[in-house]
Amino acid sequence: MPVITFIEFDGTQHQVDSESGLSIMEMALKHDIPGIDADCGGSAVCGTCHCFVEASNNLPAVEPQEESMLGLRPDREANSRLSCQLQLSEHNGDMTIRLPEFQM
Amino acid sequence: MNQAVTRKDGLPDPLNTPLDQLDVADPRRFEFDTWQPLFERLRNESPIHYQSEGPGGPAPHGDFWSVTRFEDIVEVEKNWEAFSSEPSIAILDPEPDMSVQMFIATDPPLHDDQRRAVQGAVAPRNLQEFEAVIRQRTQETLDGLPLGETFNWVDRVSIDLTTKMLATLFDFPQEQRHLLTYWSDTATSDARITAGRGLSIDERRAIMLEMLQAFTQLWHEHKANDQESFDLIRMLQRDPKTANMVEEPLSFLGNLMLLIVGGNDTTRNSMTGGILHLHENPSERAKLKENPGLIPSMVSEIIRYQTPLPHMRRTATRDVEINGTVIPKGGRVVLWYVSGNRDSDVIPNADKFVIDRPNVRNHLSFGMGIHRCMGNRLAEMQLRIVWEEILERFECVEVMGPPVRTCNSFVRGYHELPVRLHPKA
Repeated sequence: MPVITFIEFDGTQHQVDSESGLSIMEMALKHDIPGIDADCGGSAVCGTCHCFVEASNNLPAVEPQEESMLGLRPDREANSRLSCQLQLSEHNGDMTIRLPEFQM
Repeated sequence: MNQAVTRKDGLPDPLNTPLDQLDVADPRRFEFDTWQPLFERLRNESPIHYQSEGPGGPAPHGDFWSVTRFEDIVEVEKNWEAFSSEPSIAILDPEPDMSVQMFIATDPPLHDDQRRAVQGAVAPRNLQEFEAVIRQRTQETLDGLPLGETFNWVDRVSIDLTTKMLATLFDFPQEQRHLLTYWSDTATSDARITAGRGLSIDERRAIMLEMLQAFTQLWHEHKANDQESFDLIRMLQRDPKTANMVEEPLSFLGNLMLLIVGGNDTTRNSMTGGILHLHENPSERAKLKENPGLIPSMVSEIIRYQTPLPHMRRTATRDVEINGTVIPKGGRVVLWYVSGNRDSDVIPNADKFVIDRPNVRNHLSFGMGIHRCMGNRLAEMQLRIVWEEILERFECVEVMGPPVRTCNSFVRGYHELPVRLHPKA
C-alpha cells in the first residue's frame, strides 16, 4: 500500500503507511494528524476535511457533491479535494497531502 | 367521565392523538419544552410525515412535510437541486410584497457568489484577529456582573456579548448596538410562527425598512471611509459580484437579515443553553471542573443539545423520493434539525447531554451541505472564550429558577434565565 506524507500548514511532516479501506481523512484522524476536522464524519457535506493533493495518481474523480462543497472554500486551489472522498488502493502510488491553514 | 388532562403547553397529547391531528410546527412545544415525544414518535412512526393542516383547520404556515431522522435530513441537504432553498428557508412563504432575497435562500450559482463575498469575515484567519478583542469584551462583561444577587443571564451576558460581536462584524457603532438585537428579534418574530404573539406583517415591514435605511447609510459611510477592514459591509463592497448590492434593496435587506439573525440568535441562545444544560447535569459539571480541556468538546455538545434553529425548509423542484416516500413537486419540506440531533440511531443516547461524547462535532445544528453555517467557527470560538473566562472566575453559575423560553418554531431560545454567581474562593 502507498505511503502518505501529510504536510501541515506550518511545514511539519508526517508519514503514514496507508491502509486498505480507509480514506485519507480516516487515516489522518487515526494518526492524530492536526488540520483535518471532518465534522460530518465522511459524507462530503461539511467541507472540513479539505486538503491539497500535491502528488498522486489514479485518484477517484470529483463527484458533484464534493464539487459543490469545494466550490465554497475561500482557499480552493486546482488540486483541492475533500479527503473523506479519497479511498486508496494498491494501484495508487505514494501521495503527498498538504493541509490548509484552516477548516471552515 | 370525561377527565381532560391539562398539559402545560395546552396542546393535545403527542403520543395518544392521531398524527394527522397534530401540528408539528406549533411553537408552544418549544416554549414549554415539550417537543421531544412528538419528534421521537415521528422518527419511529412517520419519518417523512405529511401534514395537510393544523388540528383546528388550516395552520398559519400551510401544509408541509416533516423530515425528522438524521440520515434523511443529510440526504435532503445533499440534493440541493431537487430540494431548493428558494423561495424561503423558513416554513413560511415570503410575504408577497416583501420578497427579500438572501443567499441562504438561493441556489447556486448566485448563492456561491454572495456567500464567497462575505465568508472571509468569519474565516478562521480573520478570527485570530478577533480573538483578543472578544476575550477582552467577555472579561469586561463578566467582571461587571453583580455578585450575591439574582439576575437575568440572557440580558446581562448572552445578548450583551453577541451584540458587541455583531457590531464589530459590521463595523456598526457600538453605542447603537441594541438596535441589532431589536432588528434580529423582529426578523424572526412573525406572528404566524409564534402562536400569534409576534408582530404583524405590517409592523415587521416597517421595522425592517428602518433597518434597511440605517444600513444603507452605514454602507455609504463605509464606502467614503474605505480602509483595510474585514467587516462584512466592506467585504461586500470589495467583491465585484456584490459591490452594488446597496442598489438592490431587497437583496441588501435580505442578506442583512440573514447575517444579523445568523450571528445573533444562534450564539445568544447557545450561551444561555450551556448554563442551563450544565445546571441540569451535575455529573457533566463535575467532569468540566476536573478537566477544563473539555471546553471545545462541550461547546459542540451545547450547540447540538440546544439546536438554536430547530428547522430549515426546502422546496421540492420535482417529484422526488426520500426514504421511500415521494414528495411531489412544490412540496414544502421542513428539516427538523432539533429532531435529527436527538436521533439515537446516529448519536448514541442522543437525549443525554454528554460533554465528552465521541464524534461530538457530527451534529446538525449548523446544517449540512452547501448552506452549512458560514459562521460556525466564529460561534464556537465565542462560546469557547465565554466558558474559559467563566471557569476562570466562578465556582458555579447557579440557576435560580426555570427559564422563560421563546415561543417560536424557527428560534429555540430563551428570554430569561435567572442565575446567581458564586465566585471562586
